[in-house]
Parts: sequence; C-alpha cells; structure tokens
Amino acid sequence: MKSGKEQTADLRWALQKRMKEVLGRSLHIRHVDSGSCNGCDFEMNTLTNPIYDIQRFGVDFVASPRHADMLMVTGGVTRHLEEALIKTYNAASEPKMVVAIGACACSGGIFGRTYANYGGIDHIVPVYVYVPGCPPRPEAIIEGILLALDRYEELSRNKGENRH
Amino acid sequence: MFSFDRFRHFLTVKTLINPLDPTFPSVAVQLPAANWYEREVKDLLGLRPQGHPDPRPLVLHGDWPEDLHPLRKDFPLDQHAPRVQSREAFMRYDSEDVTEIPVGPIHAGIIEPGHFRFGAVGDTILHLDARLFFTHRGLEKASEGMPVQKALFLAERICGVCALSHSIAFAQAIERAGNVTIPPRADYLRTLFLELERLYNHIGDVGNICAGFGFAVGISQGARLKEELQQLNERITGHRYLRGVVSLGGMRADVTEQEREDIYQTLQYVKKEFKELVDLLLTHDIAINRMATTGILRLEHANDLEVVGVAARASGRSVDIRRDQPYAAYDRVHFHVPVYKEGDVLARIRVRIDEVFESFSIIKQLLQQLLDGDIRTNIPNLTPYRSAMGWCESPRGETVHWVMIGPNQTVYRYRVRSATYSNWPAVPLAVKGNIVPDFPLINKSFELCYACCDR
Ligand code: SF4
Repeated sequence: MKSGKEQTADLRWALQKRMKEVLGRSLHIRHVDSGSCNGCDFEMNTLTNPIYDIQRFGVDFVASPRHADMLMVTGGVTRHLEEALIKTYNAASEPKMVVAIGACACSGGIFGRTYANYGGIDHIVPVYVYVPGCPPRPEAIIEGILLALDRYEELSRNKGENRH
Repeated sequence: MFSFDRFRHFLTVKTLINPLDPTFPSVAVQLPAANWYEREVKDLLGLRPQGHPDPRPLVLHGDWPEDLHPLRKDFPLDQHAPRVQSREAFMRYDSEDVTEIPVGPIHAGIIEPGHFRFGAVGDTILHLDARLFFTHRGLEKASEGMPVQKALFLAERICGVCALSHSIAFAQAIERAGNVTIPPRADYLRTLFLELERLYNHIGDVGNICAGFGFAVGISQGARLKEELQQLNERITGHRYLRGVVSLGGMRADVTEQEREDIYQTLQYVKKEFKELVDLLLTHDIAINRMATTGILRLEHANDLEVVGVAARASGRSVDIRRDQPYAAYDRVHFHVPVYKEGDVLARIRVRIDEVFESFSIIKQLLQQLLDGDIRTNIPNLTPYRSAMGWCESPRGETVHWVMIGPNQTVYRYRVRSATYSNWPAVPLAVKGNIVPDFPLINKSFELCYACCDR
C-alpha cells in the first residue's frame, strides 16, 4: 500500500491533470468565511504551505470573487455574514462552483440553526460539492476540488447535449 | 467577576436588577475593560447600563431589533428576527483631509471576517473603528439545555486553533461544579497537549507575522514547522487540532511509550529548525526595521483594558494564568514568563519566540515526570443551578468559561470569555499613528481569532 505522503502526491498530480482536461487552465478559488470556527479556514490555508503546496499545481486563492472559478465556503452562514456571502456569490464569475467546506457549511454542524446562524450554506446559495469533516483534512479538500471538476464536466456535457 | 492573582482568589460581584426596569449603573468609565461586557449584556439580555459612554450595539449588529434579546429564556433558540433599519454608526470626520477607508468583512486572503474603517490623513491612521462579531453563531444559547457531555464538543468548536484550551476550560468548570479531582496522569497529559497547542500556534504565528512584511522564507518555514507539529498531533491523538482529546473528568487520549519517543524526536527536530528561523529573522535588518516601534500598545492602555496573553506580556504587563492561578500540572513544572516593555510588533514576536522555547522545556519536564495511572474518573450527578468556572492560558491568553448547571446534567447558562475578547479593544489603540499598510502586520502580531471573540 502507498504511504500517506505518496497518496497526497498522487492527489495533487490528479488535480493538475483534471484541471487541464476539464478547464484547460489553472483554477482560481475565492474563500468565504460565512461564520466558521476558523478550523476549516486554517486547513484551507494549509493547502498553500510548502508541504501541500497546491499552488505549484495550478490552483490559486484569489482576492476577488470576480477572478474566481470556485467559491469555497466555510461556516454555516451567520446572520451577520449572509449579505457578504450573497454579494460574493453574485460577484463571482460563472460557473460559480460552490464547495461547502466542513460540517458547519454542509449542514450547520454542532451549532445547527440558531437565532444567529442559518445552519448550512445551501439555505443561501446552491452547492456543487459538500466536503464533510470538522475540519476536513487538507487531502479531503483536494478531493473536494476534484469532485467539483467532475461535476462541472458532467454539467457542461449535459448543457452541450441539450443544445443539439 | 474579578481575579486577584496575588491572592489567587476570584471575586464575584452580584447585584439584583428590577425586572420592570432592567437597568444598572455603568462602570465602563471607571473601568474601561467593562465597556464591551456591558454592551454585550444590553444586546443579549436587555439589561441596560446607565451612563455607558458608547450606546452602539456590539454582538448583534445594527439591523437586529432593539427590543429582542436572544439570551432571555423566553426567546426560542432558532427564532430568526426581522432585519430593521440599521442602528450602526461609525466615527464621522468633519475635515476633508481625512480619508475613510472601509475594509472587509470579507478580506483578500483566507482569513476570518471583520469590518474595519480607517480614518486616515494621508497614510497615517487617525482612528480605527472595528466592527466585529460577524461570526457570532449564538453558541452560548445553543448550549442551553444541552447535556454537558455534548456541550464539551460545542466548547471545543468555539475556535479551531484554540480548540483544546476551550475544551479544557469547559471541562474544568464542569469538574469544579461536580467537585471532581481528575487523576494526576490526566493533569500531566492536559498540560502536555496544551503546550503542543501553544507550540503549533506560536510557531505558525511567527511565520504569519513575516507575511506582514513579505518575508517569504519566514512564512514558509513557519508554515512548514506548524505542519510538522500538526502532523505530530494527528499521529498521537488522531486530530490535527487536538479535538476529542479531553473528556469530562480527565482525558480520552493517552500517550504510549512509543508516542512519547515520537514527541521527543519531533520536537528536537522542530526546535533545531525553529532556532535557525529565529536566528535569521532577528538578525535581519529589514525585518527588525519593520517590526520595531510598529504598533505600540502602551502599558497603561494594556492595564486599563485588562489585556491578556502575549499582547499583555509584550507591553510590560506580567500576566499568565498558568503561573497566576495554576491548573492541570502547571504547578509541577518550572517555566519562565517572558515580559518585554516595548509593546511593539517586535516585542510581541519576541514573547512568542521565548514562549516556544519555554514550551519545549515544559514538555521535556512533563515527559520525564509523566505518572502511570488512570486518565479518567467519573463525573457524579451535578447539582442543578450550581455555577463554576474553568480557565486556561490559550496561545492567545487567558480564556475563562463560566457554566451554570441545569437539571439532568445539562447546561443552564454558559459564558465564554476568550483572550481575544479582552484584547480586541486594544488593537485600535495600537494602530493609531501608524501607516495604513502596517495594519496587517500589527493585526497579525496580535493574532486574535475572531471566532473566539464572536462565539
Ligand atoms: S466544520 Fe468544524 S472546523 Fe469547520 S468551521 Fe465548523 S466547527 Fe469549525
């Protein structure tokens, strides 16, 4: 069996390959913290450290949603961040691949629905892929990106077929 | 609630409030540290401080109806309130020379949300208004009625990078309410893991501060060593952020002989590498130039606001609850509490660097002294409506949890005072007079978690 390190390396190569196949270019991600405990945010940050370094494979985290192909959302959407999430979503360019990172973003997590929290981002924006975990490991986040690419490919194929 | 560290005592002041006229005299002018607390009880409980200098809402933003108070018992947990005309107010400037620069709540990098409004003259910051509590999730309300065992999981999800400190502070509160003494081995293990938490945070933060002045080597080395430590956490406990390690009455995770060796080896390696990074950083003219005299927090301000943790110790305020009100096994190890007077970014990074080496030494002592024995005892039936406190020196400073027990082993009321909550009000004071481009650096040197503060 392959070691953890080798598996991580495989994942990153797969990422590069799939990005080329599906998008034909690099992938730009915008992060939105919609009320996380910051655990998920730090795991996303981890992806850019010298050990995972997914920037080397053509994934970049960008400052503006207008430059983003994908939104990664952490947290279960607090009342105070609802507007920020909606604005970011509206500002993002198509195809607006939204990836929910962590239990909170997927379903509200342990906080659930409260007076201040919606309990899951799909109450507010449509979601492409759910990545569970509290927080999900860096590898799981890469896996989530891969799944989103699969889904994007599938959706664009269907769109193409509909046109004929 | 006051803590008198010199006498190792806490003092609770209680007052009765008339339900028909829920007001109390404000002490925020005499005791600036009380400012936020009073605004918070006004928002969440509807108790109005009379004579408070700042009537703006704090925890609930301006579009929350003024007469709804979610922490009151008759307010249902999941009730969503309508949005009203915002009562938000920021500093207004009459002069045309002042430029207002709004930033956030969503920022350029992968960081937590907060809204900052700078009033700047040219590049120089005249005033900073910080709008926080964007990640307020209603956590304390969510805990009400929750079995204490489950609330432990909630407590360790207040914050990602202070997860362990929060879970231990909560566990201590419950144990104190149940008059439980945990086994000595559990005390040692708690101390061990708390220091591992401090290590990965401090080393990561030293790297992160380097990002404030674009020092790429420092950023990468800090991130790499932090990752080494988090992988160590995972090998030993199964969780990179040390969640699920604590149980009420002791520990869930133990350390085997082999793991002890792993900790020892990994830390030796990290220590060597970290020392190299520090030597590089503290002899680098440009790095020193950017950090020295930047973002000074004066001692009197730190004292007035009761600032805690690294920020306090870098401004000459010698507080460390590990030493002042010892818990777990901190009274059985030797360590030095570094204090610097300068109060600038450099002093804050120096405190962290010194503390990293103290942590290595504490862990070494713990690994030598680790006693055999049980790691957990049972929690007896808890007496309803008894309240108790637990505390912890998280990587960011003193974190205090207060819990009142409800019927059938549940939480009746809960209040979390994180280190960040004490320190945020100091940041606007430290940035005054600095240039706007230095704000990220100053902010990183405080390294406050929003999630801890907002709850
Ligand atoms: S899923 Fe877990 S780690 Fe992520 S934001 Fe929620 S509580 Fe934090």
